[in-house]
Amino acid sequence: MTQKLIIIGAGMAAGRALEHLFEVAPNAYDVTLFNAEPRGTYNRIMLSPVLSGDKVFDEIVTHTAEWYEENGVTPRFGEKIVNIDRSAQTVTSENGEVLHYDKLIIATGSNPFIIPLPGHDLNGVIAYRDLEDTNTMIALGDKPGAKAVVIGGGLLGLEAAAGLALRGVDVTVVHIMGHLMERQLDEAAGYLLRKALVDKGITVKCSANSKEILGENGKVKALLLDDGTELPCDLLVMAVGIRPSVALAAEAGLATGRGIHVDDQMVTSDENILSLGECVEHNGDIFGLVAPIFDQAKVIAKTLAGEEAAFSNKEVATKLKVTGCDLFSAGDFADADGREDIVFRDPARGVYKRLVIEDNRIVGAVMYGDTADGNWFFGLIKDREDISEMRDTLIFGPAYQGGSPLDPMAAVAALPDDTEICGCNGISKAQIIAAINDGAHTLDAVKSISKAGSSCGSCVGLVGDLLSFTLGDEFKMPEKEVVCKCTDLSHDDVRKLIVAKELKSIPQAMQELDWKTTCGCHVCRPALNYYMVCAWPGTYEDDGKSRFVNERVHANIQKDGTYSVVPRMLGGITTPNELRAIADAADKFDVPTVKVTGGQRIDLLGVKKEDLPAIWYDLGKAGMMSGQAYAKGLRTVKTCVGSDHCRFGTQDSTGLGIQIEDAMWGAWSPHKFKLAVSGCPRNCAEATCKDLGIICVDSGYQILVGGAAGLDLRETDLLVQVATEEEAIEVSCAFYQLYREGAQYLHRPYKWIAKVGLDWVKERVVDDLENRKALAERFHYSQKFYQIDPWAERAKQGVDAHEFAPIADFTKVEAE
Amino acid sequence: MSDFIEIGSINDIPLRGARVVRTHHGDIAVFRTATGNVYALDEYLPGKAGPLSNGIQHDEKVTDPMYNWVFDLTTGEALGADEGKVETYEVKCVAGRIHIAAKAVIPSVAAE
Repeated sequence: MTQKLIIIGAGMAAGRALEHLFEVAPNAYDVTLFNAEPRGTYNRIMLSPVLSGDKVFDEIVTHTAEWYEENGVTPRFGEKIVNIDRSAQTVTSENGEVLHYDKLIIATGSNPFIIPLPGHDLNGVIAYRDLEDTNTMIALGDKPGAKAVVIGGGLLGLEAAAGLALRGVDVTVVHIMGHLMERQLDEAAGYLLRKALVDKGITVKCSANSKEILGENGKVKALLLDDGTELPCDLLVMAVGIRPSVALAAEAGLATGRGIHVDDQMVTSDENILSLGECVEHNGDIFGLVAPIFDQAKVIAKTLAGEEAAFSNKEVATKLKVTGCDLFSAGDFADADGREDIVFRDPARGVYKRLVIEDNRIVGAVMYGDTADGNWFFGLIKDREDISEMRDTLIFGPAYQGGSPLDPMAAVAALPDDTEICGCNGISKAQIIAAINDGAHTLDAVKSISKAGSSCGSCVGLVGDLLSFTLGDEFKMPEKEVVCKCTDLSHDDVRKLIVAKELKSIPQAMQELDWKTTCGCHVCRPALNYYMVCAWPGTYEDDGKSRFVNERVHANIQKDGTYSVVPRMLGGITTPNELRAIADAADKFDVPTVKVTGGQRIDLLGVKKEDLPAIWYDLGKAGMMSGQAYAKGLRTVKTCVGSDHCRFGTQDSTGLGIQIEDAMWGAWSPHKFKLAVSGCPRNCAEATCKDLGIICVDSGYQILVGGAAGLDLRETDLLVQVATEEEAIEVSCAFYQLYREGAQYLHRPYKWIAKVGLDWVKERVVDDLENRKALAERFHYSQKFYQIDPWAERAKQGVDAHEFAPIADFTKVEAE
Repeated sequence: MSDFIEIGSINDIPLRGARVVRTHHGDIAVFRTATGNVYALDEYLPGKAGPLSNGIQHDEKVTDPMYNWVFDLTTGEALGADEGKVETYEVKCVAGRIHIAAKAVIPSVAAE
């Protein structure tokens, strides 16, 4: 006998459940289908292509009026059910009609979550849920200059944003978390996704908190963030998540939690009422993706047909439906003990793949840019297959066992044709490739024909890559020294690519330059950090955690874990007051050793780490600042007493030394940089073994460079003689800047000069006056951001306070 | 007494940062890696390495600031050509607070 089945809700879950029901029990039920939306079942997932214009609504309708008629379903669309009477087994529709049921399916789905921000009820604030929302967004595209803000950088929010952008709307995505789609993607894939969206003209703001929606005449005008930023908009789309729609079920007295409680057979706490889809809660899980819901549809059909079936929740995979943003995520990719990563990056194609391995099984996969193998990896996750046999080639996918290694040329291949490869001679990538195509098949030939790489030589690595890339196996690259095991690139390559590709963070550089490890090592992190400090003064955020401990805590670590403290004394000049303050500090902090250094400073050795801020505070009160005796940067300017006191002195060497140190302190460089100024050729300040030394003579100032008195002993070479103090200072700053911009990390100037040649340095600093001025200006610009006393910041403003104090001290706790 | 003792908030240690816990039998370094995992290891390998809390972190590893030994934070083992191991201690995070195994810090428990 035919039973009465009433279904509340005609979403995708109900549509699929009916299909299965008619398969397994064609004539068992007389079905009435209620839907609050004035239409039948359509593929809600495909609203995004409708929004973007790839599809029209009719194409995504899954169940037509004819289908309902053929299968004997009575549609009641646009009609809400307002009440369920379980004892009478009836439902009441909004116009008061009461209908009897034998079985009832609740498929009310979910409601979009609206953040209760002030102004959330303004006109023009919508969710992204149904065809009405979609049509509102489409209509906005017809308005010239329209602006929209999307709150939520998850799957739905990004699809809304991409669709709006395609409709010509100026879109900003506001996301509260640090990177997009944080539930599905790790940081690296989030970065690539963000980049692709920015390329589409979408503005993306992460770590952004919404504060208030501003309106005018009842209509949305702008979104105000809690940092005070105002984002003007004509439409505000909230896509921050969904809540199961449980009100009707709860009012009927069914067991509910976050969703309507169902058992494995999809039956609620009332045996005649079943439920499925986004409104249910099963074993504590709720559902937002279609795959498990379609499984529920199968189970519910069998339950209604009286067959055995049980639902169990399985792994799900996610794909984003935005043209040009190909991403895939499945399983669990959080870091945890015993988990390892296999990472593949191809920056030229914007590809990132990461597999998370645990006990020889893949437990998670994130892919961006090339997701062709996603389903294969997903299968391995679901089947918990042992991958130890194919581990070496796993990341290349099913078709590629025992494949070739990554393409080291990828980063170079991706550069635009007009990128300047040789900065000395202004030669672009296209010009070099033209030279190669004209027959220059060796490095030397390219150098002589195009002039690229013929000056300082720092671009030779990139020129070599271009030869390999253009000629293939015909060109054999000479061995080059790579930065570390994390990359195939040399220091010169990395420096040039950071500038050419405008790389402004360490994670970005590692992705774009194809780093082989997830987050580098103690060799490459400090180098990358310095290169960015140098390339982007004022915009790069210095990463202290990528610095050696001395530069992080601004003191020199000693063998017993204590630190040494050296206050700055410009030009080696001090005062009785400073000496008294140093003596008092040494007493107060029980400093075991006080030593005069080779650089004419006073070193307080053996200071406990936790005392550093306090001793700096005392020294700071006496007017002293950090001497940066720990820095890969400007160290000291030694001077002799000069013409003020010495009968041989030709110029005021002390005064010049003070001026130079005053201009240069605080600067970071590839390695330490030491100077000295001697007042006459007797050279009491020992200027001829410094990185830069000045010898005063009657006719002016001899500027000497490239000395060393460490592991190597080297006398300086004469760079130039100038007539005035101003010129001496300008040449010194220009030379320092040229070294800062060109040398590889941890190379002192003498090593760098040996590589580029003194003549090359002279051309830039001595002969070309305009270039000298430009270098000095770049140096002074950079100094605006780096001449900050790190001691004062830490002693007075509490910067990095966590570095100095223990988190807990149990030596003061009595044992029980 | 409880097996774990609270030492502070997770926010007391920045990502890729480390802090020290002082105990009667020496310092313990508590690390928080880029991915947010927390580990506790002895600060020193006497005569060989340390203070490890001053090192540079990368992945679940730290490089010793003195001699560039690299230690695996999950096991305390020195990696590469160097041989040695620092003691590791159980830590867990509950509701944003870091807890360390009590026997790591309280001598009477350690003696049991």
